[in-house]
Amino acid sequence: MNTIEYKILGPGIVNLVLNAKNQSKNIITVSFINDLQTSVDQLASEKGLKGVIISSDKASFADGIDFNFIINKPSAEKLFTLTEKFKSSLRKLETLGKPVVSVISGHCLSGGFEMALASHYRIALNDDKIKIGLPDIKLGILPIGGAITRISRLMGLQSAFGYLTDGKTLSPSKTLETGLIHKIVDNREKLIPAAIEWINTHPQVLQPYDEKGYRLPGGNIMHPKMAQIITAAPAVLIKKTRGNYPAPAAVLSVLAEGSVTDLDAAFRIESRYFVKIARGNVAQNMLTTLWYQFNDLKKGNNRPELPPSKPVRKVGVLGAGMMGHGIAYAAARAGYQVVLKDVSMEMAVRGLKKIEAILNKMVEKGRITPEKKQQLLKRINPTDNPKDLQGSDLIIEAVFENRDLKAKVTQEAEPFLSERGIFASNTSTLPISSLAPSLSREDKFIGLHFFSPVHKMQLVEIIKGKNTSEETLAQAFDYVLSIKKIPIVVNDSRGFYTSRVFSTYVEEGLALLSEGQNPQCIESAGLAAGMPVGPLALTDEITLTLVEHINKQTEADLKAQGKTRPSHPADAVIEKMIHEFNRKGRSSGAGFYDYPSGEPKHLWERLPKIFPLKETVLKQDEMIERLMFIQAIESVRCLEEGVLTSVGDANIGSIFGWGFPAFKGGTLQFINDYGLARFVEKAKYLKNKFGKRFSVPPLLFEMTALEKTFR
Amino acid sequence: MSRKAIIYDAIRTPRGKGKRTGSLYEVTPVRLLSLVLKELEKRNHLDTSLVDDVIMGCVTPIGEEGGDIARTAALYANWDVDVPGMQLNRFCASGLEAVNVAAAKVASGFDNLIVGGGVEVMSRVPMASDGGAWFLDPDVSIQTGFVPQGISADLLATMEGFTRRDLDELAFISQTRAAEATKKGYFKSEVPVYDQNGLLILDHDEHIRMGTTMSDLASLKPAFEAAGNLGFDEVALRKYPMVSKINHLHTAGNSSGIVDGATAVLVGSEEIGKRLALTPRARIVSMGLVATEPTIMLVGPGPASLKALKKAGMTVDDMDLIEINEAFAGVVLRFLKDLQINDLDRVNVNGGAMAMGHPLGATGAMLLSTALDELERRDKETALISLCVGGGMGIATIIQRI
Repeated sequence: MNTIEYKILGPGIVNLVLNAKNQSKNIITVSFINDLQTSVDQLASEKGLKGVIISSDKASFADGIDFNFIINKPSAEKLFTLTEKFKSSLRKLETLGKPVVSVISGHCLSGGFEMALASHYRIALNDDKIKIGLPDIKLGILPIGGAITRISRLMGLQSAFGYLTDGKTLSPSKTLETGLIHKIVDNREKLIPAAIEWINTHPQVLQPYDEKGYRLPGGNIMHPKMAQIITAAPAVLIKKTRGNYPAPAAVLSVLAEGSVTDLDAAFRIESRYFVKIARGNVAQNMLTTLWYQFNDLKKGNNRPELPPSKPVRKVGVLGAGMMGHGIAYAAARAGYQVVLKDVSMEMAVRGLKKIEAILNKMVEKGRITPEKKQQLLKRINPTDNPKDLQGSDLIIEAVFENRDLKAKVTQEAEPFLSERGIFASNTSTLPISSLAPSLSREDKFIGLHFFSPVHKMQLVEIIKGKNTSEETLAQAFDYVLSIKKIPIVVNDSRGFYTSRVFSTYVEEGLALLSEGQNPQCIESAGLAAGMPVGPLALTDEITLTLVEHINKQTEADLKAQGKTRPSHPADAVIEKMIHEFNRKGRSSGAGFYDYPSGEPKHLWERLPKIFPLKETVLKQDEMIERLMFIQAIESVRCLEEGVLTSVGDANIGSIFGWGFPAFKGGTLQFINDYGLARFVEKAKYLKNKFGKRFSVPPLLFEMTALEKTFR
Repeated sequence: MSRKAIIYDAIRTPRGKGKRTGSLYEVTPVRLLSLVLKELEKRNHLDTSLVDDVIMGCVTPIGEEGGDIARTAALYANWDVDVPGMQLNRFCASGLEAVNVAAAKVASGFDNLIVGGGVEVMSRVPMASDGGAWFLDPDVSIQTGFVPQGISADLLATMEGFTRRDLDELAFISQTRAAEATKKGYFKSEVPVYDQNGLLILDHDEHIRMGTTMSDLASLKPAFEAAGNLGFDEVALRKYPMVSKINHLHTAGNSSGIVDGATAVLVGSEEIGKRLALTPRARIVSMGLVATEPTIMLVGPGPASLKALKKAGMTVDDMDLIEINEAFAGVVLRFLKDLQINDLDRVNVNGGAMAMGHPLGATGAMLLSTALDELERRDKETALISLCVGGGMGIATIIQRI
């Protein structure tokens, strides 16, 4: 066996050691499932068996399942057989009639935790760094080894539903509180002796659910109280997922349908849902982007092949406003010394206060200790003196989106960069190459586009200017990873990738309004599509003025190049709202919405008069398609133009940058999911009906002809 | 009757053993029923918006089978939202009653196209788990003489002088015929049950015991002796003072099996059939419904059948095939006697519920589809379907091929 060592630990005690040969991790692979079957068969025929200990010789107990047997939709039969095989070995293990103890000395995740659940006793090392749980639901898939059924039998339907759909991993001490492990010990050396002791004191043992007289805690769906809970559960779920995520719904079905059956049938019900969900588009989309492409990204597939850059010793941030303070916070949180510089001490300290406010909330929620907060604040030095930037290995400029201002602060700060230092601009709209000339070393200049609010948003869009060097890119990339954010790398262009594509969503929403579609229907369509906010509400958030400003800037820049900006139906809407009705967005108190103080916002009631409702009402599906297609098409253009250099960056950037629905796997995976040929046909239809902005990029025609997908 | 009620299709799931080891134990009743509806839609290219009602028998309408499962299943099958649904309960007659109600609505001219049928997943929703005033209300029970059906069956057998061998022989024939029919693929109306991934769950009636022998059957213990000894025998004998003692002759082998299943029958007018290019398979000629003394409970099929025959202007000799539900072997023998039928040549020719089981709410409509399959196979015309019914009722329906 290559993944499990079968060791005799003492008289009658067998130790199954999870220790995959030539691998750094224990992963539940097909060969692991085979080895488990062999091991369990061997246990069944082991003479004088007293008990079994399952442990690991690696840093983790087990890290999860091998997604390679799920990706690319293997046949239902194959997948069903595999999950049933794993389940049957686990079932055999827990019904051997001998005590089985799992010893958890490291991360114990997904299929690994399911194996532990099939033990009678679970002991873990009391180390808060250890993660225990079933996080696969976050990738849109169900547990493979019967965890839904086992946990429901242990916790009852209601608690099981919460635990399973949440997908959070917990430390051993927190897991102990859930009852899913039985004991924690402080010392690694005590693990095995504790297991042996338990085996010796429990020679005959059954799982709680195999005991005579066992009752499902809280009762099954026939129990009047549980019936009420089960009745409400789908609504609770839809409120959370809008019906876009089938995995948590499947968990609920397995729980309910399996609650009235015996264990074997419940496992089979679970297997059937596992197969259905794993082969479903949502799981395939999420695995493709959030697992495969995300791992590639973290491995640096977009990073130049250069040695790891030297660690940053000091970070300078110019501007302590909305973005600046967030950028400073993120750096300090990762342990860096930070200089937070603004034009006056007062402004700089105001930024620091905002950081303190973020930290206070985290202390309140128990996420960090007051001591940690103080240490973090001490790492930030607010100042109005550029000399304090002396020796910074990275200076990030985060002042207003104004070329002259940016040039001024850049020139002021550049002399204080360290020898190996690089300079970044946090612009979201101005082309990097147009800002670069204000620096004496353009090769050391790069764009680092953080998202607001910085302390919550994980994405950083790295923008390579015309003259940015590979070394600078590598340094920037390493820095972004080091502050635990997600770097995507794009080439310079107007709006880069994220702002450019994101704005198409907003503008399509406004186009719908200009056509006389019901504003509430537009908002509902955006939400139903899986976008976090409707297009009109979103426009209010970013302000109509910003949209107008960017359009004007674009117009001017294009004019300078002798080109004209194509008009968009959204232009007239913005124009009217700002200049006829003085409604500029949320920050000025009125936009597409009214913002009465102390009350929830609501759509401005005059909208249907100003943009008279058309008699032909678009179906929600068609609105959704327009809102999504326009983003997908623009992303293809970005890829075609070389703004994007990888599919993964497009997908990950869209999900983490502006909340493109994860269940679609991102803007380009959206097209794979829809089917390229079908997408092209639909886009042609939309173009004919709604305008050239939907015209199919040549790249997409090419790929369709070659039957390619975005990989 | 103003119009003919035409049977355009009749399909059923295979019957799974109604216990934990049964294949359909993992399938919820609403899913099983919706699978049948989807299949009916597919086979007939049915525009479901034209269906006036879905009427489904279900005898334990509680929990997963509660709350008008007919409407729920139609929705779950993704049928047009305009299609109503009704669950009805006439105990073991429910499936056939649903078809009869469908036929009556069509024949009356009030409706054009109706699906009748039924569902019972006895493994998941156990028999009698819905309770009932007849046995949960002691005053009712005492006043009306409630006994479990098995006691009724044994009372009936005792009064008729049937022997254990008589009953076992009938069970043996049922098993043999069902096994033969399965092997030869006579159950054309059977549609396999697949899971949500398209993986097969069940494609045959799994309650049949292939190779059952008379000695197997003889070895089984009487099933209702304990209940009888508890006092139910005395309850029955109060009404039948001419009987000195009830012989407990019915066993698990010569009584119907507990199983899971669902079925659907498409009934419509001639006009709608032409409009939708449906193929008429048979028409519903007549129906009979009776109630008899409730303690002996199971003697309804004879009078119900005679009632149906009379309405049709036919005699039992006009029947090419007869399906009498094998709730208990004694019921079949009593029915034969009532109708003066001397042999089994036309009766339950492909076996019955002793072999294949009796999914309470569905059985009646399943017997109809079984009869129709066999009429077509033999190229015969007319069949009588009859069931004994809880509470002393009896039901019968006559169908004739077109």
